[in-house]
Amino acid sequence: MRISRRILAGLATASLAVTATSCGGGGTSGSFDDTVTVGILHSLSGTMAISESTLVDTEKMAIEEINAAGGVTVGGKSYKIEYIVEDGASDWPTFAEKSKKLIDQDGVPVVFGGWTSASRKAMLPVYESKDAFLYYPIQYEAQECSNNIFYTGATPNQQSEPATDFMYKRSPAAGGDFFLVGSDYVFPRTSNTITKAQVKQLGGKVVGEDYLPLGNTEVAPIISKIKKALPEGGIIINTLNGDQNVAFFKQIQDAGITPSSGYYVMNYSIAEEEISTIGPEFLEGHYGAWNYMMSIDTPASKKFAASFKKRWGADRVVADPQESAYNMVYLWKQAVEDAGTFDDNAVREALVGQKFDAPQGPVEVMPNHHLSQTVRIGEINAEGGFTILEETGVVLPQAWNQKHPSSKGFACDWTDPSKGEKYKL
Amino acid sequence: MELLLDSLFNGVAIGSVLLVAALGLAIVFGLMGVINLAHGELMMLGAYTTYVTQLIFKLPILKPFYNSYIIVSIFLAFIVSGVVGILLEKTIIRKLYGSPLETLLATWGVSLILQQFVRSVPLAYGTGLVISLLIGLFLPTMFPSKIKESINFKYFKFSSWIFAALTGVLTGSLISSSVSKLSRASARNVDVTAPSWMRGQVEIIGTAFPKTRLMIIVITLISVIAITLFLNQSAWGMRIRAVTQNRQMSDCLGISTEKVDIITFGIGSGLAGVAGVAVSLLGSVGPNVGGNYIVGCFMVVVLGGVGNLLGTVLASFGIGIMTDLIGAGRLLSIWPDMPLPLSNTINFFATTSMARVMIFALIVIFLQFKPTGLFPQKGRMVEN
Repeated sequence: MRISRRILAGLATASLAVTATSCGGGGTSGSFDDTVTVGILHSLSGTMAISESTLVDTEKMAIEEINAAGGVTVGGKSYKIEYIVEDGASDWPTFAEKSKKLIDQDGVPVVFGGWTSASRKAMLPVYESKDAFLYYPIQYEAQECSNNIFYTGATPNQQSEPATDFMYKRSPAAGGDFFLVGSDYVFPRTSNTITKAQVKQLGGKVVGEDYLPLGNTEVAPIISKIKKALPEGGIIINTLNGDQNVAFFKQIQDAGITPSSGYYVMNYSIAEEEISTIGPEFLEGHYGAWNYMMSIDTPASKKFAASFKKRWGADRVVADPQESAYNMVYLWKQAVEDAGTFDDNAVREALVGQKFDAPQGPVEVMPNHHLSQTVRIGEINAEGGFTILEETGVVLPQAWNQKHPSSKGFACDWTDPSKGEKYKL
Repeated sequence: MELLLDSLFNGVAIGSVLLVAALGLAIVFGLMGVINLAHGELMMLGAYTTYVTQLIFKLPILKPFYNSYIIVSIFLAFIVSGVVGILLEKTIIRKLYGSPLETLLATWGVSLILQQFVRSVPLAYGTGLVISLLIGLFLPTMFPSKIKESINFKYFKFSSWIFAALTGVLTGSLISSSVSKLSRASARNVDVTAPSWMRGQVEIIGTAFPKTRLMIIVITLISVIAITLFLNQSAWGMRIRAVTQNRQMSDCLGISTEKVDIITFGIGSGLAGVAGVAVSLLGSVGPNVGGNYIVGCFMVVVLGGVGNLLGTVLASFGIGIMTDLIGAGRLLSIWPDMPLPLSNTINFFATTSMARVMIFALIVIFLQFKPTGLFPQKGRMVEN
């Protein structure tokens, strides 16, 4: 038994060494003074692998770009960034376990990782207890503000709130009634609570809501309800997840719920990647809201899309989650260079206030560990992209949503020790 | 009237998806008593067959017939899932008759293997593999009986497998080189687009019905009628029923029970493939598509009474109509002025998640009173 365990441990180290060397980023090693190893933790197997592997690709690309430009300079020494990729396997406890491994065994100064809120909630206690740092790149329901997590995706007030506003005031269905559809888990339910409060403030009416259990693709009862609640057309807010969107859009189109008959769907989970899977013929004329869209016509955006295609293949697309993942690697690099050390506490302090000229436009790290971002509303076109209709100015993030009844009047500020995670405004 | 028609149609539409999915299982589990947890994955293979057929029909030579690809894929899906089912029966399930727990574990393992297979093998080569299985399994049975009985038959068998393997590799690479989408392995979900004549709606007595739903109802009806006729009218159907009722006696009377098992399992699996075509019209096609339906399938078969096709039919339509009635809050529109507490209760259950809870609760209660389902089997065989 003892022998076999030792052999196993030996094998594990050996395989680790192989991954570490084989995964090492590009660039010539000769010109660096030292190396620093960071952790990348996303699902490479299981149901989430399809989405999360695109983030791994983007993070690798960002690291390679930084290395090619001379690496990270800390205290006058240049460091080459190397990375260890771990597989969260679409299983939330595995995310926590692999986080422990990356922090304790590999001693990485930072982990880039996660996609689902469930995986983040599983990892959070690990990072808080070890006082380590996780960078999380996905638009999410907020209502959380950890000193040990840095969130580069949109909060609801940076995505759903401007979108609801647009739908009620300026879309072709302006002034119409709302119907809310989502998958049955935390993000859609929280997001819809906020939307309901907002619609009420705007003077509109939510005439129905329904949640599809994950994995279920039978939307016939939902269609009946939509037709009953919105007989003359109206606004549908969609927070369905992944494949359920395919079933939803195929079936509503067959049932005559289309833009041409007055039904407009605003989507919070459909980006370029998903449009190509679902098929633009089912989505044309509906809307999406994101911070980054591939069709943004700026040099930074075009360069981002072009380098991703060059690195990973001409048929690949970039979308909002990837842009967030790209930004967070650069923001970490800047913070480390400003702090002059890889030490967590110093980097955390240096991080707040970091500015970066991101593909979406300028972003800045706020005291609540979220980013200030630009919000865009786009109409889905026949080519499978977004035609950008509106662009807000820079929107500040609200970790605690001001429309959600449980968090109204609260905010988060980690730069002031007397305020912290949740304080009353 | 319009409301009633709409509600009835929705119920039948939901029910027919359940029924077409459960029909194969009603045969495999109902008649043979095999708990086949890979049933959902056989459906998944059918759905992928539809996808592959669709892409092949986009090739220039077949383009004029593109609109009929869905009909062709129904037959192909039946064959593909049937062949895989037969292989499954010959290699694994045959050794496990009479030990349900082991069958359950083994077929669950098979379901995982099949899921991983479509994730990691390019579909072009997957198609090639199925073609070689098809030839390998059926070519030896085509030989005249003179050859079959000779001692050298094993060499014929061996060479036909070699021929099958070669054909498989050849078609695999042919498809892979002509359809680039099939040449790479991908875990990504794919999409089947219905031909234009099947999209949109038709109007019947003032109510519009989605065409895809009608198509699924038609597929279901044809499958049910065909399988009923086969079981009740054909010679093999009679043999299947005989073996189900008394295996030893049928064996003594000269029925090849081995052949009956293969045919029954093959037909049950083939029907799963047909169900795969139907569900591919509703949502996306992915490795997990079958897993979403398997619980519903067992539920329908158990509720209907194991071993009874009529029970399965009634159970699925019953569940379909109940789902629509509860999930869409129909009672409220039929009786708008009901007392407040009652209407609040109905509203509470009028979401998809809660409707599911309610239906499962109702089924559990029903099974308390009738543990053997709607139409229990009667007679001596029930005891053993």
